[in-house]
Amino acid sequence: MVPGQAVLEGLAPAAGTGAQRAPVVEARDLSLIFQTPDAPVTALSDINLTIRRGDFVSLIGPSGCGKTTLMRVVADLARQTSGTLLVNGGSAEQARLDRAYGYVFQAPALYPWRSIERNIMLPLEIMGMSKAERRERAARYLDLVGLKGFERKFPWQLSGGMQQRVSIARALSFEPALLLMDEPFGALDEITRDNLNVHLLRLWEKTGITVIFVTHSIPEAVFLSSKIVVMSPRPGRILEVIDSDLPTDRDLDARETPEFLEIAHRVRVALRAGHSYD
Amino acid sequence: MTDAVLGGVAVPAVRKRAQDGVVLPVLTVLAVLLAVWYVAAVWLNAPQVTEQLNRGGTDWGVSRLVAGTWAMERPVLPAPHQVAVELYDSVFGRPVTSKRSLVYHAQVTLSATVAGFALGLALGVLLAIGIVHVTVLDRSLMPWIIASQTIPILAIAPMIVVVLGNLGFTGLLPKAIISGYLSFFPIAIGMVKGLRSPDPLQLDLMRTYSATDAQTFAKLRWPSSMSFLFPSLKVAIALSLVGAIVAELPTGAQAGLGARLLAGSYYGQTIQIWAALFMSAFLAVAAVGAVGLAERGLTRLRGGRL
Repeated sequence: MVPGQAVLEGLAPAAGTGAQRAPVVEARDLSLIFQTPDAPVTALSDINLTIRRGDFVSLIGPSGCGKTTLMRVVADLARQTSGTLLVNGGSAEQARLDRAYGYVFQAPALYPWRSIERNIMLPLEIMGMSKAERRERAARYLDLVGLKGFERKFPWQLSGGMQQRVSIARALSFEPALLLMDEPFGALDEITRDNLNVHLLRLWEKTGITVIFVTHSIPEAVFLSSKIVVMSPRPGRILEVIDSDLPTDRDLDARETPEFLEIAHRVRVALRAGHSYD
Repeated sequence: MTDAVLGGVAVPAVRKRAQDGVVLPVLTVLAVLLAVWYVAAVWLNAPQVTEQLNRGGTDWGVSRLVAGTWAMERPVLPAPHQVAVELYDSVFGRPVTSKRSLVYHAQVTLSATVAGFALGLALGVLLAIGIVHVTVLDRSLMPWIIASQTIPILAIAPMIVVVLGNLGFTGLLPKAIISGYLSFFPIAIGMVKGLRSPDPLQLDLMRTYSATDAQTFAKLRWPSSMSFLFPSLKVAIALSLVGAIVAELPTGAQAGLGARLLAGSYYGQTIQIWAALFMSAFLAVAAVGAVGLAERGLTRLRGGRL
């Protein structure tokens, strides 16, 4: 059993099914051009994408394909130069101001002077929660990521994988309906990564949270996602969107099944198509 | 000498350091310095002593010369033991309220140092906050801050004292202002760097929480700056002391280590000057040590890393 599984019972499951589910992110002809000293760089070109409530969407592609940039635009950490983007039906800025999403960065980005518990309490402090509530939530989400008992430790006393789990707990602590994860497991060893993938999948099933997940690992994308968005660089664009219908209660062994391998193959073919330089 | 020092402070920390090989090198350096000092005292005081001995008419040898150079009333360079005796007498031998007590003078200078340090800290931190948050201040203030430190303090100190004296401010305030004038600089520079030290990821995180500028400051910029602030504070408090002493020179102050130094040089009391110099060195060590203690306290609160 996943540590802290019981605490998830209280969270609302995804509403509706299939195409009826409300769109969380809608991008129409979205483009972003960075002005650099030598030449403008097209980071995103004509992105059209709809992400619905309860989706687990992976953005996959080689470095420089704009997957992180797309996520930063959704998070209102960067702004598109043309096209429209709706997050929860409003602007990305409004969604940020509403604290509608939790963001997990490539690096844990923990504040080294705060204990683990106080790192998780950081967003809760900013959002003005009472001390008792902050305590309770920190304990709940530390338990959820399997780090009960580490409250008083400091970031440097934890391994990289543990630190990243703390940063996930921090993003979940204020219970956003949308979780943005930018290669959160990219710097971790494969064993830790597998373990965290299973954790994340269980979390998603239980909570019905919408997840956008950036990765450049095909197995990771196929294992986690309900929808895989294959992107290609120069300019950053979407090549193909592949729906995945693997059983929801899948475990790591699912990666050996023909269904899994078939989807992985389709992703690989799409990636290769975008990577032909001739 | 060596035995006495080791025997006198044989506390566990020192014993551990001795095992680490710290105490022996330090004592060796001290012994070499003392030896050089004694030789220099002989060399510098010899002409006067020779003249005196010649005037005495009797025969004299090297031993009388050496003894003479180490026991003069107004030597060019007093011997270490003379300074030590003067230091001991003027610290322990007189009531602390006496104008001849070094403790009295040290306390006068220390209060100006602490007041100046507080001024410098407030000014330095406020300037840094302004510079980091207001682009106009960043462009306009920095050159002036740097220019302020290119003016020799010895040149500007008398002006400050005269102007403030005319306005009716005497005593502690002019000294504290001169002291603060020196100490705000490293604090401002350190704090600007410290407040700008959060990396883009840490700042992005605050943005995803749609934190206000005040929250970002209180929860990210300020705590990040502490590891930059403390080294600056150590420099600043030493400069505060220098400023306080310098401020006592042109004022004709009656009290303070600066006044003591000045009086010593008027009357050729070199032993008194050296004793005051050592006293100010001890003050500086104690002041920097106090900042170090505060740093240790904060480091402990942060789980062992600042």
